[in-house]
Amino acid sequence: MSSIYDYFNTETFFTEEERMARDAVRDFVGAKILPNIEAHFENRTFPHELTPELGALGVFGSNLPEKYGCAAMSNTAYGLIMQELERGDSGLRSFVSVQGALVMYPIFAYGNEDQRQRWLPGLAQGSLVGAFGLTEPDFGSNPAGMKTHAVQNGDSWTLNGAKMWITNGSVADIALVWAKDDEGKIHGFIVDTKSPGFSAPEMKRKMSLRASVTSELVLQDVVVPETDRLPEAKGLKAALGCLTQARYGIAWGAVGAALACFETAVEYSKTRIQFDRPIGGFQLVQAKLAEMHTEIAKAQLLALRLGQLKDRGEVTFGQVSMAKRNNVAMALDVARSAREILGANGISTEYPIMRHMTNLESVKTYEGTHDIHTLILGQEITGIPAFT
Amino acid sequence: MKILVCVKQVPATDSRIKPTGDGVGVDLSSVDWIINPYDEFAIEEALQLKAKHDGEVVVVSIGGDKVEDAMRSALALGVDTAEVIKDAGSAASDSLGIAKGLAAIAKRHNPDLILCGKQAVDDDQMAVPAMLAELLDLPQATVVVGMEVAEDGKSAKVDREIEGGHEKIEVTFPAVIATQKGLNEPRYANLKGIMAAKKKKIEVLSAADLGLGEFGSKVEVLAVNPPAEKTGARMIEGDAAAQVTELIKVLHDEEKII
Repeated sequence: MSSIYDYFNTETFFTEEERMARDAVRDFVGAKILPNIEAHFENRTFPHELTPELGALGVFGSNLPEKYGCAAMSNTAYGLIMQELERGDSGLRSFVSVQGALVMYPIFAYGNEDQRQRWLPGLAQGSLVGAFGLTEPDFGSNPAGMKTHAVQNGDSWTLNGAKMWITNGSVADIALVWAKDDEGKIHGFIVDTKSPGFSAPEMKRKMSLRASVTSELVLQDVVVPETDRLPEAKGLKAALGCLTQARYGIAWGAVGAALACFETAVEYSKTRIQFDRPIGGFQLVQAKLAEMHTEIAKAQLLALRLGQLKDRGEVTFGQVSMAKRNNVAMALDVARSAREILGANGISTEYPIMRHMTNLESVKTYEGTHDIHTLILGQEITGIPAFT
Repeated sequence: MKILVCVKQVPATDSRIKPTGDGVGVDLSSVDWIINPYDEFAIEEALQLKAKHDGEVVVVSIGGDKVEDAMRSALALGVDTAEVIKDAGSAASDSLGIAKGLAAIAKRHNPDLILCGKQAVDDDQMAVPAMLAELLDLPQATVVVGMEVAEDGKSAKVDREIEGGHEKIEVTFPAVIATQKGLNEPRYANLKGIMAAKKKKIEVLSAADLGLGEFGSKVEVLAVNPPAEKTGARMIEGDAAAQVTELIKVLHDEEKII
């Protein structure tokens, strides 16, 4: 049966275990995250004590195989899990996205069996935390220009450079760092963050994703054994492959943030009395609600189909770009409309709206900015790249 | 140790329910269904006992079309197997009818311990656990907030909540124990458990399979009434002293609350 929050009844396309996974994560977020998330946001802290519990829940790399300690769920279940995490907070979803899609996935996809056995079970349990270092101070949308440099000396490599805007950087046990060799070839390295020469100062002064740790990574003559290089990560394409995984999760996650804002706005509009009647009875408020409702329904259908295609192994990066671009912009628009409906209350942390809105400003920019995804689609349509 | 956990599937506690057209039932067509919250304490206790004493946990239920969803949820928590009587008529049965059905299932299993929630949150009868113990001629302990099973797994000292205090009693196994909030902290399903539950078996039985007749009821429901609609608030005007005088008058003379 459809509800206003699932108007086209996407529910019927999910398997029993996909629905159960969604509900389990929703329950966890409701009980463990929501009661304290505003305080974490205001104090700029991440609830680290919950990392092992998130691991026990199984959200890290939930679509990877059982033999590495993961739940081997479908990509659709993975998407629904991201939706429920981001219904809580985009910072929480970012934490899980980085661990699963940007650290565990590349070790799984581009690592050898020794590397998988060594790292994946700990990352799945949450006894280890990972970070992903691609973006640099001067190279964001243009990662191919990266300056971080790797020089091979026999059985090891020496890394020098700096990464920026790195989620989990200061709390990570390992960082997956991308660096260029003398020939301009890009490699992926699993860097132990306790290595001499590695430091990760936390980036403060954020007005977005405040309940999430963001750091710089500084590498000064950091020595990494050849055995910690991902052998199958050949060039920038591998790093971009990780991003496609993460963007897939974001396309679903954004729906969760939008639903949180929409539900808040609907409830508020039905109980807030002005001019002796609920404001939800006024046409201007109904127009906003109808627009939010429609855009969420469209985004849900896009996410649903994206998941079906990914489960069949047929999804393209262009489709992932379109869904990430559309759904995040949609969520930000929904958050802004919700803020207007809540009036002054919309800016208070008594309600989740402003937190989601400021978070979504980051989500719109990271993992390929909205504009870069526009250009990816432009190239898909015309065959002509407009990046440079 | 073999532990049987009796579970009832009930409407989610935040469901908005309304009477059926004929006024003698509740319209359940659009509610979400959950495991009765008191039964979650029973499941959790069974799983903790299994971890300590080894053995097997079997979850059983009697219900309609969707009862397997509740069983799958229990299996995802770590319960080993599930067995249900699926019967469309069971919803209209009374506590004794359900207790007889559960007793028939229990006899197939010869469990060392039967755990139930102390009551179901839909009809609040609090009758099934005690009736089940009577039908099986077993010792019972209801409203249990603490239990300590002996090392040999053959008895338990339990802490019952009673009016104004606690009662500590000892029961020998097999026994029926009805769980109350406070006994433990029920776990969450995790994703690996959900995937593992896919491979576990839910045995679906009919009343006839157990030699039971129709699920009848010795109780006839005459009417189901929703709570009275809230009426509009009344604002009392005037200065503080006048408001107090008026409020006392309203509460004492009109509403007769004081």
